[in-house]
Formats: sequence, C-alpha cells, structure tokens
Amino acid sequence: MTTATKPRRKTGWLKRDWRLYLMLLIPVVWYLLFCYKPMAGVVIAFQKYSMVKGMWGSKFVGWKNFEFVMKQRDFLPALQNTLYLNLLGLIVGFPVPVVLAIMLNEIRSRGVKRVSQTLLYLPHFLSWIIIGGMMLKIFAPTTGVVNATLLRWGWIDQNIPFLTDGVAWQWTYTLIGVWQNMGWGTILYLSAITGINMELFEAAKIDGANKLQQIWHVTLPGIRSTIVVLLILNIGQMMNISFDRPYILGNTLVQDYCDVLSTYVYRTGITNAKFDRATAIGLFQSVVGFIMITAANFVTKRLGEDGIW
Amino acid sequence: MTTVPASVQMHKPKSKWTPGQIILVAIIFVFVLTCVLPFLNVIAISFSSKSAILRGDVSFWPVEFETKAYDIIFSDKTMIDCLFYTIKLTIIYTALAMVLTILMAYPLTKKRLKGRKFFNLLALFTMYFSGGTIPIYLNVRDFGMLDTMWSLIIPGLLSTYNMIIMKSFFSSLPNELEEAATIDGANDFQILLQVYLPLSLASIATLTLFYAVGKWNSFADAKYYIQTKALQPLQLRLYNIIKGSTAVDVTAIEGNANSNAQNVSESIESATIIFATLPILVVYPFVQRYFVSGVTIGAVKG
Repeated sequence: MTTATKPRRKTGWLKRDWRLYLMLLIPVVWYLLFCYKPMAGVVIAFQKYSMVKGMWGSKFVGWKNFEFVMKQRDFLPALQNTLYLNLLGLIVGFPVPVVLAIMLNEIRSRGVKRVSQTLLYLPHFLSWIIIGGMMLKIFAPTTGVVNATLLRWGWIDQNIPFLTDGVAWQWTYTLIGVWQNMGWGTILYLSAITGINMELFEAAKIDGANKLQQIWHVTLPGIRSTIVVLLILNIGQMMNISFDRPYILGNTLVQDYCDVLSTYVYRTGITNAKFDRATAIGLFQSVVGFIMITAANFVTKRLGEDGIW
Repeated sequence: MTTVPASVQMHKPKSKWTPGQIILVAIIFVFVLTCVLPFLNVIAISFSSKSAILRGDVSFWPVEFETKAYDIIFSDKTMIDCLFYTIKLTIIYTALAMVLTILMAYPLTKKRLKGRKFFNLLALFTMYFSGGTIPIYLNVRDFGMLDTMWSLIIPGLLSTYNMIIMKSFFSSLPNELEEAATIDGANDFQILLQVYLPLSLASIATLTLFYAVGKWNSFADAKYYIQTKALQPLQLRLYNIIKGSTAVDVTAIEGNANSNAQNVSESIESATIIFATLPILVVYPFVQRYFVSGVTIGAVKG
C-alpha cells in the first residue's frame, strides 16, 4: 500500500488524499447547487424575467427593477419597519440576558439555578408559530388572559390593543422577542463569567467590596469583551429579519407596522409571482447585509477578539 | 444527618438562604413565571368550554372542564398523519444533514489537504451572502422539487454554522490518533468511522438535536414551497388553523368537516398548539444540556 511515508511525487497528494476529496464531493456539490447557483440567480434582478425563457434567456433591463421597487408605496415602510423593529429589539433586548446571566450566576442553590435555566431556555426551542399562536391568545382583546385580568381587576377600562394598534403592536412584537431570547442569550455570558479568575473575586472581597461592587468591578469587566462582540455582531444583523415572527404576529389592522422586508419579498415574489422585482429587493437586502456583517466582523477582529465566524 | 467535611463547610460560612439570596431568587422566579404561565394559560384554554373562554374567565386553570378539543384533534386522521409525516421528515432531514456535515467537516480539519483554504472559504462565504428567498425558490422549482417533501429537505440540508461546530470538535481530538491508525494501515474512511466518530458521539448528539429541532420548528420553507395539504408539516398546519379560523370557516380548515368545530374553535386552536409543542416538551429536559455545550463551542469558533 502506498502511504504518506513514500517519497512524494507531484501528484502524491492526490494519491494520498483522494478519499478525503471523495468525502468532500457530496457536500461541495450541494454547496454549489443550493447556495452558489441561487447566488448566480440574482441576475434576474436585472432582467425582465420570463418564466418561459428562464434566467438565461430573459431580457436584460439594467436597474429598472430597482427603480420600480423604490417607487413602490410599500417598499420604504417595509425597509423602515425592518430597521426599526430590529433596533428596538436590540435596545430593549440586548441588556436583558446580561442582567439575567449575572443574577443566575449569583444564585447559590444549584437546584434552583438549574431548574430556572431549564425553564428560561424553553421558549427558544419552540417555533415562532407556536409562540405566536400562544401570544395571539394571551393578548387577545376581552378573551385574552392579560386584558381579561386587567379588566376584572379594574386596572383598565377598555382593552389594551396589544395586537391591533400599530405602536402597541411594535412593542408587543419586541417584548415577545426579548422574552423568547432572554434565557438562551445568557448562555454565552454565563460561560464567560465562569472564565473569570476566581482570585479576582477573592481579592475584591478582601478589599471589602460588597456583592454589587464585585459585580460592577469584577464580573462586568470580565465579560466586557463578550458583550462588545455580541453587540457588534447584532448590529451587523440589522438588515436581516426572520419571516416567521412578523408573519404570525402581524395582521391587516397593523399592516403598515408589521410589513417588513421578508414578508414584502414573500408577497411580491411568491404570492404575486413578480420574481424579478422581489429578487431586486432581496439582492438589495443581501448586499447591504453583507457589508454590515463584514464591517461588524472587521471591527470585532480589530478589537482583538475572534470574530464569531 | 450526614456530616459535612470540614473543608466544604469552610467555603460555606453562612446558610444558603441569606436575605439577598431570597430576593434574588424571587426576581428570577418572576422571569421564570413569564416562561411558564403562557403554557398554563393555553393548556387551560384547551380544556375549557367555549362560553367560559368567551367570557374571559379562563386564566391558568380550566373552567367548565371538557376534552372536546382533543377529541376532535385525535379523531382527525389528517392531524395524526401530519404528526407522523413531520416526524418522518425530521428524521430523514436530520440523518442526511448529519452525513453531509461530517463529510464536509472532517476533511477540512486535515492541514495536509490541498485546497483546504478554498473549500473553507466556499462554505464560509455562504454565511455572509445568500441568493435570497426568490432565487432559492426558483432554484427549488428548477429542480422540480416544488410541492414535494424534498423541497423541505434538500435546500437547507447543510448548516455551515453546525459544520463549523463539528469541525472544531474534530480538531480538538489529538493528531496522534490519526497517525497511529495510519501506521496500522487504516485509510481515511476507516479512520473517520472507527476512530473519530466513536470519540465524537457527544458532539454528534448535539448537532443532531440542532438539526432536528430546527426542522421540527421550520415554517417558512413549507409556506413557500408546499401547496398539497398532505405534504404540509405540522407548523404550517398549525399556522393555517390559528390564522385561518379568525377569517375563514373553521370547518373548512379542519379537513373532516366536524359540526362541533365551529363551537370549540378557540379551544381547538389551543389544543393544536399544545399538540405541536408536546413532542418538544417531552424530549426537551433530556437534550437541553447538549444544546448548551453546542452553543458555547460554536461561539468559540472553528
């Protein structure tokens, strides 16, 4: 058998490693067919796409689709809603896991800590359809448990329009997202806290620092780099918005507030079969998103941290 | 009472339950409560009568207890079929996804491999940039997969994020393993199957769970690609029941037109939510710790 010990000829590497290439074959073909081929498919953003002629035969029209889309009445609102909902989610939601992680870390009873973590992680494992379905029930007017209870207690005279008023909907959407992610988001912070040198806490204690001072002067600086990296990476994701969450929580009463790029692309492209225009929107989103994520990664690298990928 | 060794006692100068601890646990308890109460509410609704629900009487305990909603769901054969179809879909997807993930990750951990950088980049770039919803949709259509089960399996088969986690697991194993096996005359396939995989069972379990939960919960792909009712996975089915009942006639959505359906629609929706959640809740306590380890490793980066 020829093995690595033989003197290498020019093609020795192929002879030695052909099995490794064989392994790579299927996944690489998959990458090409299901990631890179669709990337080439973005050319239809510059075409007047015809189903019959396909992406190779359709007429090239330059930036026409983009111009058309920009002029659409619902494009700018969808873009604004995407950015606004993401920003609101980041501002409201980002600090919550940090605080929660610090609190969880301070719990001395292992049992209480473990049970709390298990229950706090739970929402992360449920689909947005399940969460959305539950929330539509809970925040429903009159019959929903929140409104019904508040009405019964006399705290409010009429229903809070959680899901039917635009601004209220934005907050409902945001807080549900914060709720869904708050437990899961603690994991990275908790593991960062574990990595802090225990002697620092001991030293602080000897210097007479109380619990809050220890948290402020030892714990927080200890996880600062994790906080910064995650913050920057989250900012890099500003243009991305999932389809499921706004789609299940939205309704026609708050259409101007819940329509985001993902739902807009779906409506334009798949429901109305305007493939070329929908691709143009998607390409715009991908390119801006690409720039933002690359920039975010660059910044985190410059800060001396590993980019996450 | 069992005696505690002196050394342990020294580290616990006070009782666990200082006032500070009690306040802390109380605050955490409020957070935990927000995670539990929504479930209790939906469970309560699913077991309550329509009039009680409409009066707004149901909070966290069933009012005018009845199991009509569950009777209807479980007598609906299409619902049971849908459950088994979704299980089948999840299993096929997860198995194929794991095979591809391992086949991609393993060679990329070999420093001697020519073109390793290129293949790495090929995978990584897809995390930054994608063709977008519509080109992917058209690609699925070009392959003739629209409205087939494969449209839910093939296009999302490999997650580069998971592949990186797998890679970092493989890299963490010592090189000597491979060298020793090579001297024994094993080839790359044998080394992967007989040396590396048995040592990576924990990580394989983690990724299997990532893929399986992801597929179980996925909705958008089904919404994009699937028309035929029999091919709709559970999440899409659930969506149609939740959203459909508010606008459209419930009986039309229930499949087997049940005269009772209209009367218990609220509780049916809730019961369906519970029905779709149950499989996750059953496996959740056992698998949770795997996820946690996966997340930390994934973030440390491959």
